[in-house]
Amino acid sequence: MSELLSVSELSVEFTTDRGVAQVLDRISLAIAPGEVVGLVGESGCGKTTLARTVLGVLPAGGRIRGGAIHWEGRDLLRMDARLVNDEIRGRAITFIPQDPWSSLSPLFTVGTQIMDLMKWKSPRRGVTGTRGHWPALVRGYPGARRRADREAVLDVLRAVQIPEPERALRRLPHEFSGGQRQRLMIAMALLPRPDLIIADEPTTALDVTIQAQILRLLRDLVKERGVSVLFTTHDLGTAYELCDRVVVMYAGQEMESAPTDAFFERPAHPYTRRLLDSLPTAGGEIRDIPGEVPSLIGPPPGCRFHPRCDYATAECRARRPDAHAVEGAHRVRCYHPLSAA
Amino acid sequence: MSEPRAAPLLEVVDLARHFPIRNAFGLRTGSIRAVDGVSLAVWPGETLGLVGESGCGKSTLGKTVMGIHGPTAGEIRFGGREIGGLGRRERRTVARHLQYVYQDPGASLDPRWKVRRLLHEPLQIHTALSRAERQEQVEAMLREVGLPDAHLDLYPHELSGGQQRRVGLARTLMVRPSLVILDEPTSGLDVSVQASVLKLFRRLQAAFALTYLFISHDLAVVRAMCQRVAVMYLGKVVELAEAAVLFEDPRHPYTRSLLSAVPVIGGRRVTRDFALEGEPPNPRDIPTGCRFRTRCPLVQDLCAVESPPLRSTGGGLVACHFA
Repeated sequence: MSELLSVSELSVEFTTDRGVAQVLDRISLAIAPGEVVGLVGESGCGKTTLARTVLGVLPAGGRIRGGAIHWEGRDLLRMDARLVNDEIRGRAITFIPQDPWSSLSPLFTVGTQIMDLMKWKSPRRGVTGTRGHWPALVRGYPGARRRADREAVLDVLRAVQIPEPERALRRLPHEFSGGQRQRLMIAMALLPRPDLIIADEPTTALDVTIQAQILRLLRDLVKERGVSVLFTTHDLGTAYELCDRVVVMYAGQEMESAPTDAFFERPAHPYTRRLLDSLPTAGGEIRDIPGEVPSLIGPPPGCRFHPRCDYATAECRARRPDAHAVEGAHRVRCYHPLSAA
Repeated sequence: MSEPRAAPLLEVVDLARHFPIRNAFGLRTGSIRAVDGVSLAVWPGETLGLVGESGCGKSTLGKTVMGIHGPTAGEIRFGGREIGGLGRRERRTVARHLQYVYQDPGASLDPRWKVRRLLHEPLQIHTALSRAERQEQVEAMLREVGLPDAHLDLYPHELSGGQQRRVGLARTLMVRPSLVILDEPTSGLDVSVQASVLKLFRRLQAAFALTYLFISHDLAVVRAMCQRVAVMYLGKVVELAEAAVLFEDPRHPYTRSLLSAVPVIGGRRVTRDFALEGEPPNPRDIPTGCRFRTRCPLVQDLCAVESPPLRSTGGGLVACHFA
């Protein structure tokens, strides 16, 4: 396959006070080079857990129960952890967090923090391998590379439209507005020249006019550099803006994956249809989804949407449907997909 | 405009609320003009939307009307009576008719009280009902907001975000208010939960003859819920019109930018043609003249000199020299 990242049958569970929560249930997802994929779903559907599992930073209590995450053909879950850390995490795959306020240390200047990142993750730093080297902390930061890195940092700060980049490096994070900080986070995600950026709700904390600016910036930069993006969001509108393809998750299962226009115009999964219908409309009509999202501790068997689904039958309760193609790249995991009519 | 039936339920005239900025020695070095000369009226039975971005003063306006902040200047008339300058004791008689639903219900419900006690409290403060009478009303209200009786014995942390909002709303409705100020009532909710909460607001508005002041940054929600909408920018109302008019034919350049920034599924990608550059100025350092002039595409020399008043354009009111 020509996929850059391919997640297959990935299951993750969390041990909680009340029992074991099955947060991801046999999730499969693939991203092609240069593709921007939106991962949408409501809170608790597992989109952030999936993003964190791919990055290898699952919070305490989380456990991978099965499945594989292939990066350019190699399984990240079975690779040498030091190699993943050195070559992939933070270099080939980088991250844009949701909250630009808590992602920078308030005590150090922006320049210190960005150069600290570059010391370890700069594209000009050779791959060091895992054996026969000085411990990481003892190795220095060669002056020539440092100067080249600094030039690259200034270039990227200009690209994300931070005014006066030289001065910006000497400032502390609190001197930047929320929109500016998110620009800094985008800059930091681009600096290692990654192949994939995982952006976890990068515009949720921003006002709409700032959101529009950031979305446009992100779209232009990733298209220009050919970077793939996995963009998680609960806001269907931002997914529509930015993504080539949209994957919808519900209660830890992926339900449907389709090119953006097909996803919004011809959804095939009953959950997708219901979700789109619950958006407020100009006419003022409001339709909700009856019932509540199930608990992930002892979730419904089979398709987890079946208790709220109008089309549920015995087989939906018995076994989770496999993915099958609706047309082209449009795939749905449902026994009773809606017709295009 | 709304038909001039009777009188407005709430009328705000030239209302201002400034917050002092003090230096390390406690000396006043300036002020943040969070609300700066706002006039508007809310008619009985309507839902008036108040929209704008963070820091525009929409929550401060709601809190000043509610009496949480005292007004710096201007009048607040509720049911024809001036309530801006009332003392604590007199204020309490008004509070019963004027209620506020907080943005974050998780933080505004006492974590150590069960739902039962949370719902009894407003009646204990505002009525002389017996315990049994109160219990009857509490149970009825819980059913109205769509929660089962069993929830009376739960603590707030045991409820989902949507359920917490229902409890917050039930608590304010216990005293049968006529005006409810909803401050970002759907922020942080998923779209499907948001839809059921919005449906509930509508049903309760009809059942209890409520008037809503609906404060939100979510333009799609405001469009679906409100009859009239006021747009705020840096402490001032820049446009006020019926929702259908405002969303179809916005006049103020800021309203236009705001509407064009919202992604519309099935429409043009806003990232292709969104034009507003920059960020709102610091509210402690407001530009002279029109506050929007630093980002405005229509800006001319006059804008720096003279602050445009709200004027009628036929469809609604707009504060711009050139709209």
